[in-house]
Parts: sequence; C-alpha cells; structure tokens
Amino acid sequence: MHYLVGEAMTGGYGDADILHECTIGVDEGEIAVVVGPNGAGKSTAMKAVFGMLGLRSGRVMMDGEDITALKPQERVRKGMGFVPQTNNVFPSLTVLENLEMGAFVRADDFSNTLSQVFELFPVLKEKAVQPAGELSGGQRQQVAVGRALMTQPKVLMLDEPTAGVSPIVMDELFDRIIEVARTGIAVLMVEQNAKQALHIADKGFVLVQGRNKYTDTGKALLADNDVRKAFLGG
Amino acid sequence: MDSLNALVVIANFVVVPGLAYGSQLALGALGVTMVYSVLRFSNFAHGELMSFGAMVTVLLTWWLQAQNIGLSVLPTALIALPIAMVVTVLLALATDKLVFSYYRQKRSESVTYLIVSVGVMFTIGGLIRFIIGPADRVFTDGQRFLLKARAFKKMTGLNEGLAIKTTQGVTIIVAVIVVALIFWFLNKTKTGKSMRAYSDNEDLALLSGINPERVVMITWIITGALAALAGTLYGLDKSYKPFTYLSLLLPIFASAIVGGVGNPVGAIIGGYVIAFSELFITFAYKKVATYMLPAAWAPEGLVQLLSTDYKIAVSFVILLVVLLIRPTGLFAGKTI
Amino acid sequence: MLPQSTHLSSEKKRIYVLFGIMAVLFVIVGQVQSWNLSLAILNLCLISAIMTLGANIQWGYAGIVNFGIMGFAALGGLAGVLVSMPPVQAGWQAGGMSLLGGAVIIVLTSVLSVFVWGRIKHITHWRYWIMTAVILAGYLVMRAIVDPAVEVIESIESAKAGHIGGLNLPILVSWVVGGIFAAGAAYVIGRISLGLRSDYLAIATLGISEIVIYVLKNEDWLARGVKNVNGLPRPVPYEIDLQAEQWVINLASRLDTDVPEMSSIIVKLSYAGLFTIVLLILFWLFETALRSPWGRMMRAIRDNEVAANAMGKHVTAKHLQVFVLGSAVVGLAGAMLTTLDGQFTPASYLPLRFTFLIWIMVIVGGSGNNFGSILGGFVIWFFWIESEPLGLWLMDVLTAPLSETSALRGHLLASAAHMRLMTMGLIMLLMLRFAPQGLIPETKR
Repeated sequence: MHYLVGEAMTGGYGDADILHECTIGVDEGEIAVVVGPNGAGKSTAMKAVFGMLGLRSGRVMMDGEDITALKPQERVRKGMGFVPQTNNVFPSLTVLENLEMGAFVRADDFSNTLSQVFELFPVLKEKAVQPAGELSGGQRQQVAVGRALMTQPKVLMLDEPTAGVSPIVMDELFDRIIEVARTGIAVLMVEQNAKQALHIADKGFVLVQGRNKYTDTGKALLADNDVRKAFLGG
Repeated sequence: MDSLNALVVIANFVVVPGLAYGSQLALGALGVTMVYSVLRFSNFAHGELMSFGAMVTVLLTWWLQAQNIGLSVLPTALIALPIAMVVTVLLALATDKLVFSYYRQKRSESVTYLIVSVGVMFTIGGLIRFIIGPADRVFTDGQRFLLKARAFKKMTGLNEGLAIKTTQGVTIIVAVIVVALIFWFLNKTKTGKSMRAYSDNEDLALLSGINPERVVMITWIITGALAALAGTLYGLDKSYKPFTYLSLLLPIFASAIVGGVGNPVGAIIGGYVIAFSELFITFAYKKVATYMLPAAWAPEGLVQLLSTDYKIAVSFVILLVVLLIRPTGLFAGKTI
Repeated sequence: MLPQSTHLSSEKKRIYVLFGIMAVLFVIVGQVQSWNLSLAILNLCLISAIMTLGANIQWGYAGIVNFGIMGFAALGGLAGVLVSMPPVQAGWQAGGMSLLGGAVIIVLTSVLSVFVWGRIKHITHWRYWIMTAVILAGYLVMRAIVDPAVEVIESIESAKAGHIGGLNLPILVSWVVGGIFAAGAAYVIGRISLGLRSDYLAIATLGISEIVIYVLKNEDWLARGVKNVNGLPRPVPYEIDLQAEQWVINLASRLDTDVPEMSSIIVKLSYAGLFTIVLLILFWLFETALRSPWGRMMRAIRDNEVAANAMGKHVTAKHLQVFVLGSAVVGLAGAMLTTLDGQFTPASYLPLRFTFLIWIMVIVGGSGNNFGSILGGFVIWFFWIESEPLGLWLMDVLTAPLSETSALRGHLLASAAHMRLMTMGLIMLLMLRFAPQGLIPETKR
C-alpha cells in the first residue's frame, strides 16, 4: 500500500470516461513518474488524484485515510502540494510574494521553509523582488515548485514540470526534484520526456488510453524492450 | 515678471483645479479598477455608489450643523465622511449579497454582470432620489479659501492671483493619504497580497488556500469606502447633485482604462491625465498669450482649442482613442 | 411555415394573454384617468417598441452590447429638424460655403490621417505625435474656416432662428433620413469599435452617444443647441383645424365629449395609426430575417463566436450588419419621437431614459424575441409613466396611519415621484434573476 494512491480510478469530464481502472501511487521519499503517449490520460490521472475531477469509481487514499470526497483545497491542507502545468505562478506578484502566497494557509513562522526553498533554488533568492511574470520559463517553474513547497507538503505533485524548457534547464529541474524527494517528500509527476524522467524515477507508470499498461521501477521500465520500443523511441 | 504672471494664470485655472478634480477621478477609478480586477466586470453602478456615499455625508452634515458640531475652518463633512464610508460599504456588501453573489455562483459571463450592474445603478439611483430628491445641495462650510487671490497678489506683488479653495486642499491631501494607505495595504499586508494573487491567477489562489469570498468581501469594503470618499470630495468641491454622478461615470471609466484597467497605479495616473487633458484642452489661453507674446501679437479671440462646454466630452474622446489604439491602457493592466 | 407544436401554441397563448392584459391596462387608464392620456402613453409605447426592436436585433440576435442607443435616437431627431424646417436663406448665404468647406476639411483630414497612419505605423517612437499633429492641424484649419461662419449664422435672428434650418420637406421623409443618419453613424462607429470586448464596447458606445449629445447641445448653428427647435411641421392635422370641422363636432357630441378633447384624441389616433404601420412593417421584416438563414447564422455566432469564427464566418462583418441595421431602426424611432413632440430638445436626451430604459425593455420583454421586444416596450413605458401616480397612491395608502402633518408622510409623498427609477431597477434585477429569458422567451428553432 502506497503512502498516496489513486486506486482503480474511473472517470472523466462529462459522459465519456478517460480513466479506466487506473492506479497510480507514490511513497514518501520516492519519485513516481507517470508517462505515456499523448492523450493517455496522464494529466487527467494526476488531476483525479488531486480531486479536480470527479471519479465514478475507485478511491484516493493518503496515509491510510480515504480522501476521495475532499476538495482540492482540503487536500492542500492535508499535505498535498500541486504544481499545475501552466499558469502556475502569480505573474504580477514578486517571487517572494509568490512564495508567501504558497504559505498562505500557514499561521506559524514559515521563514525556515523559505530559506530551505531559497537553498534549493538559489536563483529565486536573487530574483526575490522581481515579478514572477518577468522570469524565464525555467525560473518560473522553480517559483511554481517553490510555491508548492511552502506549505511543507508530504506529497508534491508536478504536472509536466519540464514542458517548454531547454534540455539543460530540464536536467537541472530534475536534480532539484531529486533533492526534494531526499528530504522525505513523496514526488508524483507526469512527464512528457519519458526517458529522462524514468532515469530519476523510483517507480514508473506507463498509461495507455487511461489504463495501466506497465508498472515497475524506473530502471526496469527503461530496461524493458517492449516499453523502450513503444514509448521511449527505441 | 510676465512669464511668472502667465504661470500663475495656468496654476490658478488649470493646475490647482486639475489636481483636485484629478484626485476625485483617481479615487473613483481606483474603485472601478478594484472591482474589475477581482470580480472581472465593469461596474456601471459605481457612479451611483459614489453618489450614495456623498448623499449620506450630506445628510449627516446637515444633522451635525443642526447640532452645532463643526471643525471651524474645515468643512463639517469631514466628520460625517467616515460614517458615510461605513454606510456605503454596507450598501456595497448588501448589493453583493443580494445581487452579484448569485451570478458568481453561476459563474456568469462578464457581460451578464455588466447588465446586472445597470439594474443596480437604477435601483441605487432611485433610492437616492427617493431619500434626498434630485435637487442641487451645497453642504460646504468652514473657511472657503486656504489662499485668497488678493492675499497672493499682495504677497508676491504679481498682477495675477492664485486662489486655493479649502475643498481643493482637503481633496488633494485626503487623496494622497488614502492612496498611500491602499498601496500599503495591497503591497505589504498578507490580505492585500492575497487579493493581488487572486486577481492574478484565480485557480492558483484557490490552490493556495485563499478564500475567494473573503477576497470579494474585502474588495467591496475598499470599493465602497473609496466610492463614498470620491463622491463626497467631488460634491464638496462642486455641489451635490444626484444626476451628475452618472455623467461622472464616463470620465472615471476613462481614467481607469487610460491607466490600464485593473492596474491601481494606472487608475491614479489616469485620473490626473483625464483631468488635466480636460482642463488644458478647454482652457482659454488668451491671458497667457497676452503675457507671453509681444503686445502687437496679442490674440483677439479666447485662444481655446475647444469651448468649455465640451469639457467632459474631452474625456470621452480620450477614452475612445485609448480603447481603439491601445485597449490595455498606458500601463498594461488586468491585475491589481 | 413551422409545424404547430404544443410548445409554440403555448407561446402563442402567452403572447395573447400578455398583450390582452396590456390592452386592458390602456382601457383602465382611459376610463380612470383620461383617453387623451391613455393614447399619449400608447404613442410613446409604440415608439419605445420600435426602439426596442432595434436594440433587440443587436443584443438579442447578435449579442452586441450597444449602450449608445441615445445617440442614434438623437441623430434621428436631428433629421426631423434638418428635413422639415424651412431653410434659413440668410444663414446659408452667409456661412453655407464655409460650412461645406469645413466639412471638406474634416473629410480630407480623416483621409489624410488614415493615409499617414498607414505610412508611419511601423515607426515606433513618433507615430502618435505625428498623428496628433496631423489631426490637430486639420482641426485648426477647419476651425479657422468655420468659426466666422458659425458666428454669423448664429447671429441671424437668434431669437427664433440662428441656425441653418432645414430642407422644407415633409417631416415623414425625416423618418427615413433619420434611419440613414443613424445607419451612417453606426457604420463608422461599428467599423472602429466592434472588435472591442463587450464591456469596452459598452463604454465606448456610451461615450460616443454622449459626444453626439454634446455636439447637438453646443453647436447652435446646426439645430439651435439647448435653445431647441420648436414648431416642426406635422404629418397629421392640427387640433385647431379639426375643431372647425363639422364631422369632429358631430362626433364629439355623439360620444359626449367636448370638441377640443375630441380633436386631441383624433390627432393622437392619427399618430398611433402611423406608428402602428411602421411597427408592423418592421416586425414583419425582423421576423422574416430571424427565420432566414441570416438570422440562424446570427444566433449561431452569438451562441458560439469562437466556433463561428473557426467555420470561416466573418463575425465582425456580420456584427457590423446587425449594428447598422439595429441603429437605423433606433434612428427611425428617434425621428418619429421628434415628429410626435413637434420639437427637438437636445437637453432631453439622457442615457437613463434613452439607453438604459430601452435595455430594460429588451431584457424584460425577452431578448431575442420580437414579440417580447414590443411587449417590453409597452410594459416598461406604461409603468415608467404610470409608476408616478401609482407610487403616489401607494404611498398615500401606506402612510395613511401617519397624521396629515407628519413630516415623514410629507417627505414620502413628495418622493413618490422618484419611485420609478427604483421600480425599473428592481424590475430589471428581478427579471434577470428569476426570468432571465424575459416575459416572452426566445423560441428555440
């Protein structure tokens, strides 16, 4: 049983189901990656786990508790951090203010978390007083991840964090994500760059048409010939 | 000496009135911009909200005057103003509760809000006329001038006088204080920042645990207070007449749009841009020209680009030009 | 023809009932107050209904937010003056050429600025200043030519003329000309502003309509500004002539009314007849348009602009058609109003009365439905007029327990006259909330 798991999730927008008995999950300190072709329902599965999509059947469990009925905001309070794929910063707010908004629900002193985030993403400290909308794509993603970390989540969910950034920036982002996982946070992410993502993944879920096709460790999936041929370009 | 006289003419007829009128527009535009950036619609009822606030001030001022309570040199309205602001805030919150909140739950389009706000405009306008009637009301008291033209002439030895009305001074000072407070609130407090965050990215604000209903409530509180303030200051400076506030709505929209709707700095600058454009374009430069040019060139006519009858129309023209050339405004806005 | 479904027949029943109630209301006013008043209200109801039809094809068919109805109505009214009044020969002789010169300069400046803009719009730094300079120069030249002429024209018999007068044609011609004036203005306005988002379009059209009124109020040479033009010729006989007619005197004695009253009723009935003819023609045209492929496409665009755009429909071009058409109808109604009043009074054009009240009529009647528009025009105008006596009566009843001399009672009774703004606002808000489709909802076809 995983720390966070969406079990046998079936559902979609409107009448047509996108997910069929789909299961994804992650444990503390681990990185789990969801990959698959376009339209496989990767992001939908992520949204379902976060509660942005109603499920017809299946359930979402976190730390042994059934959270299927909770709204996204309530899940945030339970310790889930979510970084959407787009529009994931407050563009006219400064970097520092973005991070402060991440800690909006916290009543305690969050200066420790803030310095941890600055340690993880030093560039954010440099640009602390600059509006987030003026940053480069890679830096904006760091703001977005940093904002989600400000609640001190137990689970961090990332929807294609490397979409639209250069390969160098991507590698750096992945390094940071590994560091995040080392602090004991469970990281669940959807990735388009399957090969690179599986390299850093403890666990991989390959989805096809809303169903689990392969599930294994990242290494095993990379080594699997079928997977390589079908999804990783040989 | 002549150029000094010319400057004083401009200061007296353009700069001082422009600063006062610009402050009134800026405060009005700030309210429009706040509603726009958080609730995402252009509030046609804002003029009537200003009028309502001014009306409450007028009524309270009369009562205070009857009790012989006053501020000696300053207008009594200044005591009444805070109470009027509270009452206007209550009206704004009631309007939201009874009218706008329903469309928010339905997630209506912004054009629906627009039309609904016209209904609110009628209702509040009717309420005002029902309570105080449509007549013109003067409620200024205290000392009329901070600086009299004659005193200025004596002081400087110039031919031209410079007069500053108490209401103009009060308007400018109050506007500066209030604008400073608003910016402090928006940029330095957690609640203010959460409002800006909400206006920037509603979905992410929800994910961050920001309560939208609270943001909306605070927006109406600020809007109501600003409306009462702007309405009262305008009424003090000119006089209180319910129907003028509908025609004031367009210069206010113009100020907000010129500065970039949703941008509070833009709203303030927009207010002054509109006010000064109105005054400069309709100002008769005859006197200035007489001072500045050799006697032989002295103009016969008023040397006026547009007659003063067109004063408010100037703001409409600027509004149109900005909408057509650069609809995002001078300081591209959309968020607070 | 459409098949007779149960849905349609229930709509028909609704239409009969609602218009039936309306008719009864007019009879009640006729009996309780006076037939003269009842007919006066009816005439303005007819004009309101026509304006509402015009506003409805813009908002109801196409979803265009036009808050400039007042301006188009006023342009129609101006046509009444320019068509029907006798020309002021002295004015034309003194200033006609200069005015034409000024008009030529305006056209030249417009053409020149468009041309210059095309040449300089890629220059980033100075383009706005250059444009401002071009327009300012054109404006100053125009002023230099026109100002002396305006002064002369305005000084000619300023107590009764002081303007250029009109063409001395029958005033009925002005109904068509008013429509053309409004259509021309709408074409220019639509070309430049229909691309704006709805709330900007609303503000822009409101601003333009205010500018139109400002010009009409202040350019005395045109139509005397706030001094008003009185005594426009009529398309129907004058009361004083009717009172001398034998058949009128006979009719009055047969119906047991006095002759002046009778003559006034006949005049109002004649107007009502003319207005009804116009209303019926427009209604027929609009219903035909609504059922045509053109009408279907309009609604398709309204309901999903993105999809329509994707299908290659020229949304803006279609919007321009509707905008011009609707505004022309409003202009026609504006000319009819000036004809009915027999005078042109620029100061009477207020946005509350001429723009927002028409919007309430559209909303209350049922946007997208022509029957609804007509009903909306009737109901709202009826209550706009009758809410005053009704409010007074209501206040009187409500405050009856208070003593005759009570200050509160006095205030409430005095304020009852202002009830109508609030009544209209509340009606609009309640309709939007509980029956956003209006009294006669749009038929889904």
